[in-house]
Amino acid sequence: MQKLQLLQNQFNPTSDDIFFHIVQAPPDPIFGIANAYKADTSNTKIDLGVGAYRTDEEKPYVFEIIKKLEKEVVNDPTLNKEYLPIEGLADFNKGCQKLMFGQNSPLIASGQIVTAQCLGGTGALRVGFEFVKRHIPGDVYVSKPTWSNHNQVIERAGLNQSEYPYFDPKTKGFNCAGTIECLSQARMGSIVLLHVCAHNPTGVDPTEAEWLQIADVCKKRRLVPFFDCAYQGFASGCIEKDVFAVRKFAELGFQMIVAQSFSKNMGLYNERVGAVHIVTSNKDISARVLSNLKIVIRTICSNPPAIGARIAAKILTDEKNFNAWVEELKTVTGRIIKMRTLLKQELDNLKVPGNWDHITRQTGFFTFTGLTPEQCDLLTKQYHVYLLRSGRMSMAGITSKNVRYLAESIKAVVQNK
Amino acid sequence: MQCFRALRYFSVWSQVPMGPADPILGVAAQFKADPSSTKVNLSIGAYRDNDGKPVVLDSVKRAEQIIKEKKLDNEYLPVEGLQSFIDASIKLGYGDAYYAQNGKSIAGCQVLSGTGAVRLGFEFAKKFLPQGTKVYMPNPTWPNHHNIARMAGLEILEYRYFDPKTRGVDFSGLVEDLNKAQNGSVILFHACAHNPTGCDLTTAQWTQLLDLTKKKNFLPFFDMAYQGFTSGDVNKDAEAVRLFTAQGVPIVLGQSFAKNMGLYGQRTGCLSFVCANQQEREKVVSQLKLLARPLWSSPPLHGARVADIILNTPELNQLWLQEVKMMANRIQLMRVSLANNLKNLGSPHDWSHISKQIGMFAFTGVGPEHVKELIAKYHIYLLSSGRISIAGLNEGNVKYVAEAFHDVTKNTKL
Repeated sequence: MQKLQLLQNQFNPTSDDIFFHIVQAPPDPIFGIANAYKADTSNTKIDLGVGAYRTDEEKPYVFEIIKKLEKEVVNDPTLNKEYLPIEGLADFNKGCQKLMFGQNSPLIASGQIVTAQCLGGTGALRVGFEFVKRHIPGDVYVSKPTWSNHNQVIERAGLNQSEYPYFDPKTKGFNCAGTIECLSQARMGSIVLLHVCAHNPTGVDPTEAEWLQIADVCKKRRLVPFFDCAYQGFASGCIEKDVFAVRKFAELGFQMIVAQSFSKNMGLYNERVGAVHIVTSNKDISARVLSNLKIVIRTICSNPPAIGARIAAKILTDEKNFNAWVEELKTVTGRIIKMRTLLKQELDNLKVPGNWDHITRQTGFFTFTGLTPEQCDLLTKQYHVYLLRSGRMSMAGITSKNVRYLAESIKAVVQNK
Repeated sequence: MQCFRALRYFSVWSQVPMGPADPILGVAAQFKADPSSTKVNLSIGAYRDNDGKPVVLDSVKRAEQIIKEKKLDNEYLPVEGLQSFIDASIKLGYGDAYYAQNGKSIAGCQVLSGTGAVRLGFEFAKKFLPQGTKVYMPNPTWPNHHNIARMAGLEILEYRYFDPKTRGVDFSGLVEDLNKAQNGSVILFHACAHNPTGCDLTTAQWTQLLDLTKKKNFLPFFDMAYQGFTSGDVNKDAEAVRLFTAQGVPIVLGQSFAKNMGLYGQRTGCLSFVCANQQEREKVVSQLKLLARPLWSSPPLHGARVADIILNTPELNQLWLQEVKMMANRIQLMRVSLANNLKNLGSPHDWSHISKQIGMFAFTGVGPEHVKELIAKYHIYLLSSGRISIAGLNEGNVKYVAEAFHDVTKNTKL
C-alpha cells in the first residue's frame, strides 16, 4: 500500500515535463578525460590530461608552506567565518598586485590598479568579461588554439569572439607574423586575450621582442589587452621573468585587464583563489570601475571564499613565507623541466620519427605534441595514456618511472603498429 | 615611448559611471567607519551572540579538526562539487523519507552559497525554459534576487507579499497576482524566514499555493537560506518544500549554509532540481556543469567538506542541530524583548509584529526618515526599508535600541 502511495506521488513524465527536452551535455573536454582515466583499471595508465601537478610518485602535491599556513589559518582564534567584502580580502588583493606588477610599481601607489578577489582563474576571467560586456564595446580575439574554457566564458558573457593564428603547426612555435597581421586588421577597441606565459595548450610563448611587436599593434589599433596568467613561476622558473609581458605593457601605459590564478603555483586548486586587475588611467576612474566590478561579483557569488585567500595572503605579505614558497615552486617547476628533458632523450634514444625539439623548447605544464586526434585516441585506447585529443600533454603527469613507457607508446602510435 | 605615454591620458574606461553602492553591504561599511562607542549594527544578516560577537559553531570547529587530521590534498573538485556534500544537503532539504525514495532523481550541484544557487538556477532557467518564461518574485524580496535575474537575462514580475497595514502577508493579493500570472512561470518562494519581512506563510496558505501551482503548472523555485535557523527545527522550516514535493510537484531548491552553519565566508551552498527519473537527472546535471564551468570551474572545497562531515557524522549532526536551535532561540528572545521594551516605554504604536515575525529579520515599519535619524543621532545602523537584523540585538543593547526607536517614532505615524 505504501509503495503504491509513493508511486502515485511520483509525477508522470510526459512531453509536458519541463525538462523532457533536455539533452545530455558533452563531457567537459578536460575534466571528462580525468574521469575516464579514473575509471581505467590498467596498471600502466598515465594521466597527462588535466593540468594539475603530480610528484614523481604520481601523487598530488600540497606545498609544505601551504600546509603550514593552512594550519595557522584554521587554528587562529582571532579569525572567524564572516563574509569577506565583495571585492575580497584587502591584504590578499594588495599582495596580488605586487606579485603581478612588481613590488614598487608606480601604478599601485597611484591607485591605478583596481583589484578584486575572484574564484580562481575562471572566476577572474568571467568577472573581467562580464565587466567588458557592460562597459566597453568590442569583440574578443582569442589565440588559436586556446584553453577550451576561454571560449565558453566569453560566450556566456555575451561577447563575440574570433581567433588570431597563434600556433604555427609547421614550426611548432609562435606565429608572430600571423598574429600581428590578424590583430592589425582588428576593429579598433577590440579586446585581445593574451596568455602571459606557459601558453595553454601549446607551451609556446612570444619572446620579449615579439611581445613588443604585439604591444605595438595593440597601441596602433587601440586594442585592450586582457591577460590570462595561470602559470606565473611555471614557465621560466622565475616569477618576475614570467610576467614580463604584463609589466612591459603596464610600463608602456596600457590600460588593461589581468586575470591571475593561484590554482597551480600555490597548489590551491580547490579553494578557488584568484584575482582580476583592471589598470586605469587615474584613481577616480578606478573608484568607478571598482563599484561596477562589485556589481558583477555580487550577482555571481556575493563575496569570495575566505580560506584560500587568507593562506595566499600570508605568502604574499610575509617575506619569509614568500621566499619559502618561491623555493618550493622552483623545485616543482624543476621537476617538470626535467621530465621534458627525459622524454626528449627517450624519444631520441628510441629513434622515434619526427622532430621532438619542441618538447624541451615549450614551457610550463603543457606540450603541444603535434600528435593527431587519431594518434591520441590510439594512445589512450591501446596504451592507456590519457591526453587531450588536440595533442596536448600535461608534462606534470610524467614520472621517471613512466617516461620510457610513454616514449615507447608514442613511438608505436607514430609508426602506427 | 612618448606615444605610449599618451595612452595613459586616453582612458579606455572613461565612460564607466559610478555604480550604486550595494544597499546592504554599503550600510555595513558605514557602520564600520563610525567611531561611536554606542553604535549598533542591525544591517547585515549575520548572526551575533549575546556579546555581539560573530560565532564559529563548535560543530564546525570539530569538523575542521577532523579535516586537519585526515591530511587531504587540494585537488580540483569536479565541476559539480563534492558529491557526498550534495547528497547530504539534498537529504537535509527534502527530508529522509523523500530522499530515500526519490534521491536518485534529484539533480544536485554544489554552488557558491545562496547567491550561487540563484545565479546558476536562473541561468539554467533562462537556457532551458521556453522563451518568454517569466519569473515572479515576492514584493519585497532580497534585492540581489532582482540583480541576479537581470544578469541572467530573465524578465521579472512581482507578486504582492507584504501588507504594510497589517505588517503581515497580503495573502489575498498574493493569490490574485499569481492567478493572473502566465502558466508555466517560475515562482520564487522564500521557503522560510522571508527576507526582508520576516513574515512567513502558514501551512494552510502553502497548501493553497500548492493547488495553484498544480493548476497553473508553475515551477516553484524555493530559496532556503534559513533552514533550522527559523523555528529551530530543520524539518519544520522545510515544511513548504516537503509539502510540494510530497505531492509530486517538481521544484528547484537553493540551499545556503551561510547562516545555519555559520559558514558565511566559505560560500557553501547547493542547487537541486527534482527530475522525472535518473536519466533526466543525469542530463540536468550535465547541463548544470556546462553552465558552472564558465562561472567558477569548480566550487570551493573547504566549507563543503565541513558541512559534509557535520551532516554525515551522527554525533556532530546532533550537536549542530542543538546549536542552530540555540541561535534561533536567542533571536526569538530578542524579538520578544524588543517588542516588550517598546511597550513598556509607552510607545503609541503596536510593535507586536516584531515578535510575530520570524527569522533573522524584522520589517519594523520605520521609514527612511526615521532610519536617517536612527543612524545620525543614535548610531544605530539598519536599512532604509526599516529592516533590522535581530541577530544584532543583545541583552546589552536592546534597551538602548528600544529607547531610540521610541524616541524617533513617538510623535510620528508608522
